[in-house]
Amino acid sequence: MQDIYDIIVIGGGPAGLSAGLYGARSRAKTLILEKGKWGGQAATTEELENYPGSIEQPTGPEITARMKRQAEEFGAETRAETVTKLELGGKIKKVITESAEYQAKTVIIATGAKPRLLGCPGELELRGKGVSYCATCDADFFTDLRVVVVGGGDSAIQEAIYLTKFAEKVTVIHRRDELRAAKSIQERAFANPKIDFIWDSVVIEIKGDGIVESVVVKNVKTNEVKEVQTDGVFMFVGYDPVSDLVKGLVDMDEKGYIITDENMSTSIEGVFAAGDVRVKSLRQVVTAASDGAIAAVRAEHYISENF
Amino acid sequence: MLEINAENFEAEVLQSDKPVLLDFWGTKCEPCKALMPAVEKLAEKYGDKIKFCKLNTAENRRLAISQKVLGLPTIAMYKDGAKVEELTQDKATPDNIEEMLKRYV
Repeated sequence: MQDIYDIIVIGGGPAGLSAGLYGARSRAKTLILEKGKWGGQAATTEELENYPGSIEQPTGPEITARMKRQAEEFGAETRAETVTKLELGGKIKKVITESAEYQAKTVIIATGAKPRLLGCPGELELRGKGVSYCATCDADFFTDLRVVVVGGGDSAIQEAIYLTKFAEKVTVIHRRDELRAAKSIQERAFANPKIDFIWDSVVIEIKGDGIVESVVVKNVKTNEVKEVQTDGVFMFVGYDPVSDLVKGLVDMDEKGYIITDENMSTSIEGVFAAGDVRVKSLRQVVTAASDGAIAAVRAEHYISENF
Repeated sequence: MLEINAENFEAEVLQSDKPVLLDFWGTKCEPCKALMPAVEKLAEKYGDKIKFCKLNTAENRRLAISQKVLGLPTIAMYKDGAKVEELTQDKATPDNIEEMLKRYV
């Protein structure tokens, strides 16, 4: 039988890496499991200018790579495995991946969130054919072409600005008549000659034969429908939690976000949640890192009281 | 894995005797870089029956677009001079890629 870990962290984004760093630094035997790309959503954005200390080289991939290195330097183990099943009922928790089975005294769920689909006709068919959810992945393709960005929050407007480095023209389509993004981001967008806006409007269809050719846009106030020619559609219409793994195990809200107290404790003893996957008011790298730190420290408290 | 560019695409991919797996990736695409080791592992397993290639889209944008690839990562299968199947973005997982490969060995 394998050794029992003090802390197993599920998810290698900022919350999970921060939890791993705090756990390992206090000499807890810590393992971080990540199914896909280390760094989570933060690794797919070039602009990470609001993380404290990230003035120079403020790119997502760079900062999250440093977080991983830092956790490993303190002794956290990191493995690229997909967790398929959790058994959280007993005092010793079981974490089962596609290739191994681990035991732990505590589990920190830091599985994050993923971009939400818009759900209009053409979206799934044209994914990877001009419909994208990752500007850093796909911006290159649209050099000197026209793209639309759907959404009005921080991500949408930040990525719209990023896309102007490549595209000839970026049109932001937003369902309201004002943006939700931070004021400083809005100011930069309004000052950028390559960006224009279609207000009070939603995309109701994406059209194209093999690759994106146009979007059908409906004004929600006038009900006027028009077709806008475009080569690419970038979607930033919100996020959904990645919490299927613990559905029915820990308490969640109606959207699937995990409910915790301020110590990151879930409804199961010894199980904590951190980062975008939990119910909270601000989902940012800085709050994810904070959650991770609290979860790891509370996990240690729990271990010293119960083992 | 063999590096593909505009010069050798025709000869190595379209005129290949064996089926070809072509991994479209980009230097700024983190999900692509995370996926690459799994594709390299599959290359060791299936390399005798399938030719494994990769294409950096940042350097070969026109070629990628000509293949109707406008999103990363995209893992495409070519057979007898034509693209016959592909997996893109969320669908491009190691499991799905292996399943696709099995249809061509």
